[in-house]
Amino acid sequence: MAKSTITPRSDLTLFLAFTAVVLAMPIWLQPFGAAYPDLMQKFAIFGLFAIGFNILFGQTGYLSFGHAAFIGVGSYATVWIFKLMTMNVIPAIIFGTLVAGIFSLVIGFICLRRTGIYFSILTLALAQMSYNLAYSVLTPITNGETGLQLTTADPRVLDGAAEAGAGIPPTNVFGIEMGAWDGLFGFYFCAFFLIVGFYISIRITRSSFGSMLRGIKTNQTRMMYTGLNTRPYKLAAFVISGMYAGLAGCLMAAVDPLAGAERMQWTASGEVVLMTILGGIGTLVGPVVGAAVIKYAENIFSAIDKSVLVDLFSFLPDTLGTFIASVVSLFVGKGWHLTLGLLFMLVVIFLPGGIMEGIERIKRRFFDKTQKDGAE
Amino acid sequence: MDAILLQILNGLDKGGAYALIALGLTLIFGTLGVVNFAHGALFMLGAFCAVTVNKLITASAKVRDESVTFFEAYKDVPYLEMWLGDTGTLIIDWSVPISLLVAVPVMLGIGLAMERGLIRHFYKRPHADQILVTFGLAIVLQEIIKAMYGANPIPQSAPDLFTGTVNLGALLGMDLAYPAWRLVYFIFSMGIIVAVFSFLQFTTFGMVVRAGMADRETVQLLGINITKRFSTVFGIAAVVSGLAGLMYTPILPPDYHMGMDFLVLSFVVVVVGGMGSLPGAVAAGFLLGILQSLASMTEVKSIFPGIDQIIIYLIAMIVLLVRPRGLMGRKGVMED
Repeated sequence: MAKSTITPRSDLTLFLAFTAVVLAMPIWLQPFGAAYPDLMQKFAIFGLFAIGFNILFGQTGYLSFGHAAFIGVGSYATVWIFKLMTMNVIPAIIFGTLVAGIFSLVIGFICLRRTGIYFSILTLALAQMSYNLAYSVLTPITNGETGLQLTTADPRVLDGAAEAGAGIPPTNVFGIEMGAWDGLFGFYFCAFFLIVGFYISIRITRSSFGSMLRGIKTNQTRMMYTGLNTRPYKLAAFVISGMYAGLAGCLMAAVDPLAGAERMQWTASGEVVLMTILGGIGTLVGPVVGAAVIKYAENIFSAIDKSVLVDLFSFLPDTLGTFIASVVSLFVGKGWHLTLGLLFMLVVIFLPGGIMEGIERIKRRFFDKTQKDGAE
Repeated sequence: MDAILLQILNGLDKGGAYALIALGLTLIFGTLGVVNFAHGALFMLGAFCAVTVNKLITASAKVRDESVTFFEAYKDVPYLEMWLGDTGTLIIDWSVPISLLVAVPVMLGIGLAMERGLIRHFYKRPHADQILVTFGLAIVLQEIIKAMYGANPIPQSAPDLFTGTVNLGALLGMDLAYPAWRLVYFIFSMGIIVAVFSFLQFTTFGMVVRAGMADRETVQLLGINITKRFSTVFGIAAVVSGLAGLMYTPILPPDYHMGMDFLVLSFVVVVVGGMGSLPGAVAAGFLLGILQSLASMTEVKSIFPGIDQIIIYLIAMIVLLVRPRGLMGRKGVMED
């Protein structure tokens, strides 16, 4: 995206196109075999997470390796509201996001004292610390290894007394259950937040606050020489992106009401870095694309096991077919992380701008070609 | 008092492992300016050198078990035992130390291949890119090991000579039983550390490397091919962390993600010690190892529950906030 072509109008077009694409997901994902609610919810939730991460990493240039901690905090807070107050997700989401915001304020206050690799390691250390605590000492709050779950004995004061013998009530929005409309309600609920989150991220990017963040990324020293105190801006960016992550965590708990410590592990933080890189750092749509691609590939690849492959290559001579199947099976099923790692390396090495840069390059090639044709 | 002393001793072996990995990380960072997230994977690869050697020398044939007379029983007898008798048994018993001989060239090769094939192309890229690509490499390496050896830890045993305990307290008139292999590990890690330091301090090669760390350009202007020396340093760092992992196998059965577990902690160690300071890395490694084992004492845990889980991160935070460059960090390293 060249800077000169950005107008409020092009942003509006982008936003409307994005909204249309997201809302139409259940239709256009059909041919890809991905149009079921569970997966689409994941697209939306991780897309939101990646958008938020991009505000910190893409715009401000701070690589955090501990963002999964906010997801965890958001999830735990949400489930606690489900347990104590009500199964309506709206208050739970508001509370969860706020808690994640406060938590990220504390973490950001500490970590943002340092830059570069020190910052990455500080966030990593704090996130690992939260993860370890969630597993050990905080067991009364987090329920340790089992994870925090709902029980029928929970008070849920706002919901009133449940009938005796009733099971755990489902999560709902003012009476509409998450699983309503064949599960599509859950997806549209998450998609709503994704679209709102996307809109906010456009606004942030185009605001003077956004250019301040990019200024910090480009040359923080110079920013400070001009007499600016960059810390409030960095902290604001950190808290905003922490709240995005928290909201993603809340949504995870809203569609599937449990919370576990493994969501906070640093591998989960690594995953969001991957999504952002794959999609395109610093672009608006990139992180969402990256999140969707990774979640889709994970879903497809990890479902393939060896017998499927043997079937697939059965047209080849027996030994050759088995051989190819066993080679390929290293990369799918349980070995899917190997593919992910390789893909990640290839993107960083050859296409540092991610998928968005790839699209841009292809576009430019076509564009240049037509121009040349015109000249001849 | 005895208990505290014992915990300090217990911390030494873990501290040794941290110190060795941190030493390698710092060497790479100081020379090449690359932040290597795949360093933990090197530690793990070293450990799996021991596993591989052990598997090879215990390759066995099924042989009729003569001691069972009721029915036909078979037992696995390693070929080495059949061919060499007691010498074979001895070799198998010493499989971990013997694999050191294999690990040195293997790790050196892996290190050089990594530097030539991948890291070299990332000198001029931003630190974030270096972190990301080595992170990807670490995932790939660990998944390969998982595909080859499975996901379960594979226990290795120390030679019989070192499986017992040593009573260190005898000298001081106290009763301190200490596992012998941990003592071996501590001595081994000290040996490696001394070797690396004297290599850098007392050889011409080391002198050139140190000069290059201080001012790369000037050394190049003097007509020295510093890049070549630096890639050797990368190889050495790979060997150091590989050997650290290899010798650690009798203490902690290796599995495919052990590298990552140690890496996170080693980064914290490097940061606490001060990025780019070799003595800092070693000191911080031992310090954090000891503190960690002190924190796991029941007396301490009853005052601060869960402190053993977070002590390292807590110390790292405090150090970075109070002394932003770490304990012995130099000015101007990683501060862009």
